[in-house]
Amino acid sequence: MGKINLRNVAKRFGEVAVIPDINLDIEDGEFVVFVGPSGCGKSTLLRLIAGLEDVSDGVIQIDGVNATDLPPAKRGLAMVFQSYALYPHMSVRKNISFPLKMAGLDQAEIDRKVEGAAKVLNLTNYLDRRPGQLSGGQRQRVAIGRAIVREPKAFLFDEPLSNLDAALRVNMRIEISELHQSLKTTMIYVTHDQVEAMTMADKIVVLNAGRIEQVGSPLELYRSPANTFVAGFIGSPKMNLIDGAEAQKHGAATIGVRPEHIDLSTTGGLWQGTVGLSEHLGSDTFLRVTVEGVGMLTVRASGEVDVHHGDTVWLTPHAGKLHRFGADGKAIG
Amino acid sequence: MARAQSPRRRLLMTLAAWSVALLIFFPVLWMVITSFKTEASAVASPPEFLSADWTLENYAEVWARSDYPRFFWNSVVISIGSTLLGLAVAIPAAWAMAFVPAKRTKDLLMWMLSTKMMPAVAVMIPLYLVFQRTGLFDTKIGLVLALMLMNLPIIVWMLYTYFREIPGEILEAARMDGAGLWNEILHVLTPMAIPGIASTMLLNVILAWNEAFWTITLTTTKAAPLSAFIASFSAPQGLFYAKLSAASAMAIAPILILGWFSQKQLVRGLTFGAVK
Repeated sequence: MGKINLRNVAKRFGEVAVIPDINLDIEDGEFVVFVGPSGCGKSTLLRLIAGLEDVSDGVIQIDGVNATDLPPAKRGLAMVFQSYALYPHMSVRKNISFPLKMAGLDQAEIDRKVEGAAKVLNLTNYLDRRPGQLSGGQRQRVAIGRAIVREPKAFLFDEPLSNLDAALRVNMRIEISELHQSLKTTMIYVTHDQVEAMTMADKIVVLNAGRIEQVGSPLELYRSPANTFVAGFIGSPKMNLIDGAEAQKHGAATIGVRPEHIDLSTTGGLWQGTVGLSEHLGSDTFLRVTVEGVGMLTVRASGEVDVHHGDTVWLTPHAGKLHRFGADGKAIG
Repeated sequence: MARAQSPRRRLLMTLAAWSVALLIFFPVLWMVITSFKTEASAVASPPEFLSADWTLENYAEVWARSDYPRFFWNSVVISIGSTLLGLAVAIPAAWAMAFVPAKRTKDLLMWMLSTKMMPAVAVMIPLYLVFQRTGLFDTKIGLVLALMLMNLPIIVWMLYTYFREIPGEILEAARMDGAGLWNEILHVLTPMAIPGIASTMLLNVILAWNEAFWTITLTTTKAAPLSAFIASFSAPQGLFYAKLSAASAMAIAPILILGWFSQKQLVRGLTFGAVK
């Protein structure tokens, strides 16, 4: 089991309320991603759940039990840190077996579990090495191994891939997702990378300035962002947000249209614009188009498109893909 | 970034470094030389060096006249005992200051260090009386306690500096892994800080070994260490320089050897955190 409920959880550092008031329910077996810009309080929230920080107010329940005042070790959670936080003086084997040793398991049981975890994570050949002798990806696997041997109620990941290079990050992302599918244990994953959030999560929690902006599945957030913050944060490249007269035509203070929901034409369309920057990736072409009275829009065209800096193009948003937001930034139904 | 140095500048720097090193080392060297002279040769004016009468007589006499092994053993017990006891107290203290600092932790550290600036003689009478009344006077345990307390600020400061270099996330990982405070300190913090703890230990053994004021004040015969052994050779009848030098050489030899073998560790320890 790994059901976690936060009720009116607040965290203040002196006068500063990093997290003013949060309510959140995480179901057993869910892969939940906390996403948001730097300083939005996502890591603090994770640390509150872990017990590494004390809550200033509110209640944290784990499997229905009030865990607010429990020390980290008694919460039955395992955490993977950004810096891996491996014990540098211990071998990989000792790193992975440390939590089992602390739990007082007998040596035969410890060996069996460590061998099992090492096999799952392809670490069998590295068990006698020290962390300093491993690559970044291997270190991260050891950190995950140390977490899984405990068979925790939930895994907490604090930006675990941010120290890895791009290629390795993609691999580890897949490995963690596969691990979740095989273990079916609750996972809470903190990242500022919305691609990680979109690809891994069952449920995304978008945070901004210590507040939850929206909770939902990746596609719910993509299709129906609750406000301009979520609209701008989820999706890559980010959604074009247009204010002023063009928005007022649609009865909104701001309208939003995703780069992939704009048709590009060299002959005619709704908005006429001039191509500024064009990025040709082969599979896609990204264009920065300046439209008079609308502003700078990013357009994603599929495949190779033969337009270049200074060309005149016409843009037309897809019908039904326009998002409307009120003056308070909230979506209008 | 390394600065380019001309050969001339390097030679000058080397000469200057050797001159300072010799200046610092000269008294020790002179003491060792004197310990091999006759008493007459030791006080000759102008001082004799090459023309001196060399002898091992002083060592033989010092060895015969006093119970060197007992003084030596007392020094070992007092310096190592006070260091180990100091570490046992200082490791948890430095842990708390480094990883769960309070608002006034820095002030507290400064205050602890400031006690080292107080002249020792200011607490001599109270400490003497306390020791007499509690039966600690002229006991090894009494000296262990006194020297531990004297050196505690330095031990805490040094360990605090080392602990601050250890990433807090590793200790948090230990906490998540189910380690209580004791296991966290024993299995994670201490092994990671071994180089720092070793430097601190070495320095404090040396400080305690060389301590003379308290060891002479708070002992008479039973617990007297090598510093008191040296003092016992400054007789009321006058100073016998050659014998005094032999006694001094015998007293400092063990710590000199220890310092020689551990100099790398010591230098690393003393300059730790100075360059990042």
